[in-house]
Amino acid sequence: MKTDYDVVVIGAGPAGSLAAKTAAENGLDVLLIEKRQEIGVPVRCAEGVSKEAIQQFVEIDRRWIAAEVVGAKVYAPDGTEIVMGEEMAGNEVGFVLERKIFDRHLARLAAKAGANVLVKTTATGIKRVDGLVEVSMRSMGENFNAKTKIVIGCDGVESRVGKWAGIDTTLKLGEIESCVQYLVTGIDFDPEYTYFWLGKSIAPGGYIWLFPKGNSAANVGIGVLPSMADRSPKEYLDRFMEEVFPEGEVVEVVVGGVPVKGPIETAVADNVMLAGDAARHSDPITGGGIANAMKAGYFAGTVAKEAVEKGDFSAIMLRKYDELWKNDFGKSLHRNKILQQKFIKMDDETLNKLARSIAGYNLGEMSVKKLVLELVKKNPRLLWDIKSLFI
Amino acid sequence: MRRISINRYRCAYCGACVAVCKFDANELVETFLTIHEDKCTLCMACVKTCPMQALEVEE
Repeated sequence: MKTDYDVVVIGAGPAGSLAAKTAAENGLDVLLIEKRQEIGVPVRCAEGVSKEAIQQFVEIDRRWIAAEVVGAKVYAPDGTEIVMGEEMAGNEVGFVLERKIFDRHLARLAAKAGANVLVKTTATGIKRVDGLVEVSMRSMGENFNAKTKIVIGCDGVESRVGKWAGIDTTLKLGEIESCVQYLVTGIDFDPEYTYFWLGKSIAPGGYIWLFPKGNSAANVGIGVLPSMADRSPKEYLDRFMEEVFPEGEVVEVVVGGVPVKGPIETAVADNVMLAGDAARHSDPITGGGIANAMKAGYFAGTVAKEAVEKGDFSAIMLRKYDELWKNDFGKSLHRNKILQQKFIKMDDETLNKLARSIAGYNLGEMSVKKLVLELVKKNPRLLWDIKSLFI
Repeated sequence: MRRISINRYRCAYCGACVAVCKFDANELVETFLTIHEDKCTLCMACVKTCPMQALEVEE
């Protein structure tokens, strides 16, 4: 087995596979490891992503698109509806992915670009030796080590690579959404839309979502902040299902924790970069993580190439990666963290009032920015403090 | 001795408990969660975070 690499990527989700693919395409010697025996399962995701985000990096393949949506319908606690997005079918702006297939596809692209891939292989530690890194791994029960110039940690919400490298990414109880989701069949809804239900009584510190997965089937899930919820997300979701979709049958359960920490100070240390959920790159308002993870993986791959060319793997060199992600989606992580803080404090009556102020017509575009700008326009006094976020 | 017990019939091996552990006591390998008692301080962060209520303090 080969034991010398330029880059070892830990974790084969969207961030890891994009990092491995990018580094390999740039001529680096890359090893991509995945602790699970099957890439992509168990799924821990609501699977919604903007069309544009995916198209930027991969050619669309129908095999991993479960559904396409034209917009979103958002519900306040009293049922007031806000509609966002294209008014006509045929102008789909969002994908609902089949992550099981999508993640494997990305890993195969990494392999095709020249990366070695090992599944059922866990990193058990990293040690810096003479300016390089020794990565200890356990692969199907066998221990082995590999030497590498750079480690890219894409090991998800439960990341340990950061901790090993001295980057503290521990999440506080107000910085993680505790989530449960059901794949539900036999329910009635318009499959052209995704749906969101808001309110402290419905999902404290989070929301309930529905992402269509074809006709009459959908991912229906919930995220709550452990710092605010007094019951488990499963209990809130079960109550909602009984009230709204009593006819549904649950054919799959998905469970996960989603970082909503906002931008971390740095995602690099000597010889190490973190990307995706490991770097807490998921959005504090939407919880969406796929788009940012893919971008971060791509950025990390390009910076790895530059570092190898220069023979400099120091944190100072790798800060270039910090700059790239911060100047890109880092700004919206920052902004949306502030928005999240504001919105989770609102009581249900305030949310109802806000929703009523813009209910009754289509906002056109499906984005947090568009939604908040409309709300600010109609409620300048209530939202005076967030107005400046968008100027 | 007090410790965190894992209900393996409830645990959905999602890793949320690992993310909130300041003490690096929780480890998830594939579907198997381990709580290293030598590191665990019973701070309850993981118990409160678990989406499935699979963790509880055992007296």
